[in-house]
Amino acid sequence: MEPIRIAHDLEENFPDSILGIHEHMGQVSVLVHAEFILLMCMFLKGKHRMNHLNCLCGVDNLTRKGKFIERFEVIYQLYSIDNRTSLRLKAQIPNSAHPAIDSITSVWTGADWLERETYDLVGIAFNNHPNLKRILTPDGFEGHPLQKEYKLRGDTEWSGFTELKEKAKQLQEFDFNFPKVSKGGDLYD
Amino acid sequence: MGKMNDDLVHIKDGIKFIPGASAIVAPLNKIINWGRAGSIWPATFGLACCAIEMMVAGAATNDLDRFGIIFRASPRQADCLILAGTITKKMAPVVRRVYDQMPEPRYVIAMGSCACTGGMFDTYAVVQGADEFLPVDVYIPGCPPRPEALLEGLIKLQEKIMQEQGRWSQFA
Repeated sequence: MEPIRIAHDLEENFPDSILGIHEHMGQVSVLVHAEFILLMCMFLKGKHRMNHLNCLCGVDNLTRKGKFIERFEVIYQLYSIDNRTSLRLKAQIPNSAHPAIDSITSVWTGADWLERETYDLVGIAFNNHPNLKRILTPDGFEGHPLQKEYKLRGDTEWSGFTELKEKAKQLQEFDFNFPKVSKGGDLYD
Repeated sequence: MGKMNDDLVHIKDGIKFIPGASAIVAPLNKIINWGRAGSIWPATFGLACCAIEMMVAGAATNDLDRFGIIFRASPRQADCLILAGTITKKMAPVVRRVYDQMPEPRYVIAMGSCACTGGMFDTYAVVQGADEFLPVDVYIPGCPPRPEALLEGLIKLQEKIMQEQGRWSQFA
């Protein structure tokens, strides 16, 4: 089935959840509400054999120049290996202090780390995720770096690096040739 | 005693040759430094793209082996740490641990802009220069430095080693 017909079939089955269907260069995107994303994915996997999740990522629209619906989006890139069709879902996440959407790890297990990455960098939580913790930034890291208000140099120093600098200062007395009397300033200052 | 001193052949400042005994007399500093400068064994530790240039420097055309520079796979056998690439804050504790595992004498070369200053990555994730948590001996600029630049950096390190005084005893 053509991707655009899959999109219309999805619209027939979830009439209240579809916000729009766009086609560009043969690629079909469907804008959907976040609420029934799990059911939609199960529907697409079951009926249209979308057995492969190509990619899952989060978007922060805060500084976007064009029109947009919600600040946070999660984009699902689906592919059917059997039918050789692909479809893109753009789930709009309701605006809140703690944006969240249902996890789809029960449909595609491979979504596990992709959702963790989205949570880590964009700050979108995934309900019912089996192991929702940071994956790229180190343990103890604060903030979500790909959110638009996050400063390039970060808001706070990662605690692990502060500890490392302290440790380096303590260990410098064991450096063999290290001058015992510092001349104007410490080595690590 | 005076007679003996006259017989010694002066080779270089402080280094003398005893003709009858086929022996060389020199200060311990010079002998040890000469040995160390001719056998810098760096730990194989590539952090990013600079590691590719480091591999080229070790391969046939430039051939670091002719300077006695042989890459070792373990920090326990190494006495030089070449920081070849971007050091992320997540990686920094690992880099420090590798350095801590190296026995004395040990030296650190920061290779490339990233290891020297953080380079273009002035961000939350990248260490702004390896000297924030390691005592760096030689800085090599470039993005990435050519193998010749790394070679020059290692020769600079050799020159530095040759000028050391008493780095062989706690009591010297």
